[in-house]
Amino acid sequence: MSASEPLLSVRDLRVHFQTDDGLVKAVDGISYDVMPGGALGIVGESGSGKSVSSLTVMGLTRFPNARISGQVLFEGRDLLTASNEELRKIRGNDIAMIFQDPLSSLHPFYKVGTQLVEAIRAHTEVPKRAARVRATELLALVDIPEPARRIDDYPHEFSGGMRQRVMIAMALANDPRLLIADEPTTALDVTVQAQILALIRRLQDELDTAVVMITHDLGVIAETVDDVAVMYAGRVVERAPVQTIFSAPEHPYTWGLLRSIPRMDLPRALDLVPIPGRPPSLINLPSGCSFHPRCPYVRERHRKVDPPLDAVPGDPGHRVACLLEPQTRRKLWRELQAGQAPAEARAAVEREGEPA
Amino acid sequence: MLAYIVRRLLWMVVLLLAISTITFVIFFVLPSDDPALRRAGSRASPERVEAVRRQLGLDKPVIALPWKDSQMRRYYDDLFLHGDLGRSYTNNAEVKDLITTRLPTTIQLAVGAMVVWLLIAFPVGILSALKRRSLADRAVMGVTLIAISAPVFWLGLVALYLFDETLGRFPLLPGVDSYVPFKDDPAQWFQSLLLPWFVLAASFAAIYARLLRSNLLEVMNEDYIRTARAKGLRERQVVMKHEVRSAVTPVVTILGIDLGVLLGGAILTESVFNIPGIGRLAYNAISRGDLPTIQGTVLFAAFFIIVLNLLVDIAYSFLDPRVRY
Amino acid sequence: MPAESLVEVRDVYKHFPLTRGVILRKQVGAVQAVDGVSFDIREGETFGLVGESGCGKSTLARVITRLHEPTSGTVRFQGRDISALGTRDMKPLRRDLQMIFQDPYSSLNPRKTVGSIIAEPFAIHHLLTHAGERKRAVQDLMEQVGLNPEHYNRFPHEFSGGQRQRIGVARAIALKPKLIVADEPVSALDVSIQAQILNLLKDLQRELNLTIVFIAHDLSVVRYMCDRIAVMYLGKIAELADSEALYAHPRHPYTGALMSAVPVPSPGRTLQRKGRVLRGDVPSPTNPPPACRFHTRCPKCEEVCTVEEPLLEPKDGGNVAACHFPLTDAEVAERSPRTAGAVPGLG
Repeated sequence: MSASEPLLSVRDLRVHFQTDDGLVKAVDGISYDVMPGGALGIVGESGSGKSVSSLTVMGLTRFPNARISGQVLFEGRDLLTASNEELRKIRGNDIAMIFQDPLSSLHPFYKVGTQLVEAIRAHTEVPKRAARVRATELLALVDIPEPARRIDDYPHEFSGGMRQRVMIAMALANDPRLLIADEPTTALDVTVQAQILALIRRLQDELDTAVVMITHDLGVIAETVDDVAVMYAGRVVERAPVQTIFSAPEHPYTWGLLRSIPRMDLPRALDLVPIPGRPPSLINLPSGCSFHPRCPYVRERHRKVDPPLDAVPGDPGHRVACLLEPQTRRKLWRELQAGQAPAEARAAVEREGEPA
Repeated sequence: MLAYIVRRLLWMVVLLLAISTITFVIFFVLPSDDPALRRAGSRASPERVEAVRRQLGLDKPVIALPWKDSQMRRYYDDLFLHGDLGRSYTNNAEVKDLITTRLPTTIQLAVGAMVVWLLIAFPVGILSALKRRSLADRAVMGVTLIAISAPVFWLGLVALYLFDETLGRFPLLPGVDSYVPFKDDPAQWFQSLLLPWFVLAASFAAIYARLLRSNLLEVMNEDYIRTARAKGLRERQVVMKHEVRSAVTPVVTILGIDLGVLLGGAILTESVFNIPGIGRLAYNAISRGDLPTIQGTVLFAAFFIIVLNLLVDIAYSFLDPRVRY
Repeated sequence: MPAESLVEVRDVYKHFPLTRGVILRKQVGAVQAVDGVSFDIREGETFGLVGESGCGKSTLARVITRLHEPTSGTVRFQGRDISALGTRDMKPLRRDLQMIFQDPYSSLNPRKTVGSIIAEPFAIHHLLTHAGERKRAVQDLMEQVGLNPEHYNRFPHEFSGGQRQRIGVARAIALKPKLIVADEPVSALDVSIQAQILNLLKDLQRELNLTIVFIAHDLSVVRYMCDRIAVMYLGKIAELADSEALYAHPRHPYTGALMSAVPVPSPGRTLQRKGRVLRGDVPSPTNPPPACRFHTRCPKCEEVCTVEEPLLEPKDGGNVAACHFPLTDAEVAERSPRTAGAVPGLG
């Protein structure tokens, strides 16, 4: 496999759950690529589908009421058509995942060493002793002091940051080529968060592991990834390299996110501009563009037509799902960057005579 | 941990004291047969009855002054200074002997039933949880509901009606009065206990199956189970070593308590099958107003419950390393 | 004492005892949650309490609102010492002293309708006894916080997290209190909803002339919301300053570390941070380090820091900090998010 082939390629993935309340379209047609050794960030809030899409890559959403379609190509092989046993061999081995809350994600009744050894022996035939040695090495790799002693401690005997390091060690036990991190630092204190992010970056360099970082924190995204996919209501609404997402985003939701978070690097007096309304129900998605009820720049057509994820003219690495014309978007962004509120920005651009 | 155990044991003494005091009060406050009359016989003369009363020490006041003359004080003296539980009013036998000869039988009945109900409850509970909402699951839950609702003596009678080798429709097993001690005839002993074991175990099996099922359903949603699957563990490993391991800990607590209660005597089962256990002893003592025996069985039952509670709490701290005393 | 101090906290300690013993439980130690804190809260300001887990900010909040009684020290509210007041005496004061909690999912009684939750303050203090009056007042409040007044009879589970937090806010402002203590009011909410609630609090503060104590662990949020900020570490105040001053030139190394640790949504800053990550974990509040609590993790630690506890004193630029070796302007410039370039630093 050449270096320019994606390690993971998700194509038009749809994950729908049939529930008593109706059909929940948790993921509704998303596509993205992860290159070997690369780092992709998936940004979204609750209900965006970001976690479900990754769990589906791992094959952890194969419930009786789930309808999954599309393709998930890992090293050329479609995981969606793989058998449960084939997927099991890949989980924790080629693809590993770490989760948000390390306290509840580790079994409270088993020692950390036992859980690590279990992860190792699930995929390699090694005697327990050898696995234990490897487990101690892994703990040292993630900077846990006195690993030989702490290997016999229980999860609750570690602090939050240490526990997350244990989770990372467990995930890396079998040298996976892809690590999926689902909000790995959200439950941690900010100084500990910095340590964990630094650790993930360092391991990524040393072990050449590809990383998918799922988070709602744009600061974390800026620090850790090369490419970004912004998800909303089960779709990817924008996809671009990280620099572009922050300097020249083109989707109103991305603009809204950037303007609604308080930032340490911008003037304190700058008002936060919240995105009005709330995320939609995944059972009754809005017609047309699913963001339209909350979009300050909505036009009549947007209520009816569903925007495809198209490349931005002149920048094939940058894709947006928005029906506004590219020039309009660029003008709006310029106005927003100058500090205008959305309504004013829209007024200013319309004055320049853009078609409705 | 040691300090914790010592503290619990001290409390046990206090509790046993309180319990026997309450038993005294109940006995003398609530109406029951006059033990002296029973002992002397219904045709005895009033003087004879009085003589028996004096002999049994029932003419002395229960609590009141002078303390050293009261029945209660005599009782506590005997118990704590001599380890003597007194003598039965009915037949003058030593209460201690009455209990210790019957204790093995009760233990056999209780422990045997426990083994049976656990052997049934575990697979049933686990499979029901794994196949929740399936037809099998719903059917099983329906059956357990019946088993829990049916009174044990009714179940016992039905069992006899069906399976008793002399009276039953499908003669299979020995029934009433067939109990023999193990050392006398192991085969007969085993057979005679089969029906009682199953009858006694029925409602417990149902309760434990449901308990396991609901615990498992809760545990299955926990984050660490998701991690276990994400590690690529085999499904069997996930279920047994992760899910069941977590679901079992609350079961242990209840198991200890149930065992403690049963060791105090499964009165109804022993009555239906006429098994000479502590339960029958207690039942007879109560109907005959035999205070020393009543006290003896009550104290024994309380003792077992308290000790088993303590053992269960200690066991819990081994099962759940987050719990430390 | 300045006339505008709404709340005065003096030498407040709150220790939770740890006991051991067979029969008689003896105290063998304590969780020193709040360990000697003094500050004023001025009327009309938004005062921020910032720190990581275990710093004592939530405990301090509960001491200020008298949900806990301080182990020692005084809390004065509107000039009156409330540290030892009983429940009965506190009750009338509670009209002026309200709290908003972090978790919108567990801080509302699921069995009560939204209307009755918001009406409860009126009921407790026997106000607006006419049923019609109360309902109208509640519906006005619902509108004020951005809820649809027609949803008066709905239950909490029918609302989203952000809306539930609005319900909590409505309940807190029902009696037009003087002081609201908001304990991490937006931490559990989605990013796009956080801004809505923060702006709501700001608007209400203007309309009702509220004083707000805003507790959070997110420095960017605190910067946006607060006029003055106290940074807490292991039960003590490490630094106290005006917002602008604190972020322009933090003096306490811990404040500096906190600020550098916040990921900034601006790619390219990453490289600056490689050397600046604070090592180790926060020590346990049952056994805090002697003298300066931060000395075990502080890059500027010298011998005096392990021996003599620094007092909270004014430093350069108006910040008040408890440090023997506060950050100089040069050091601040090194770690400021506004500059680029590789830097030496912590760790």
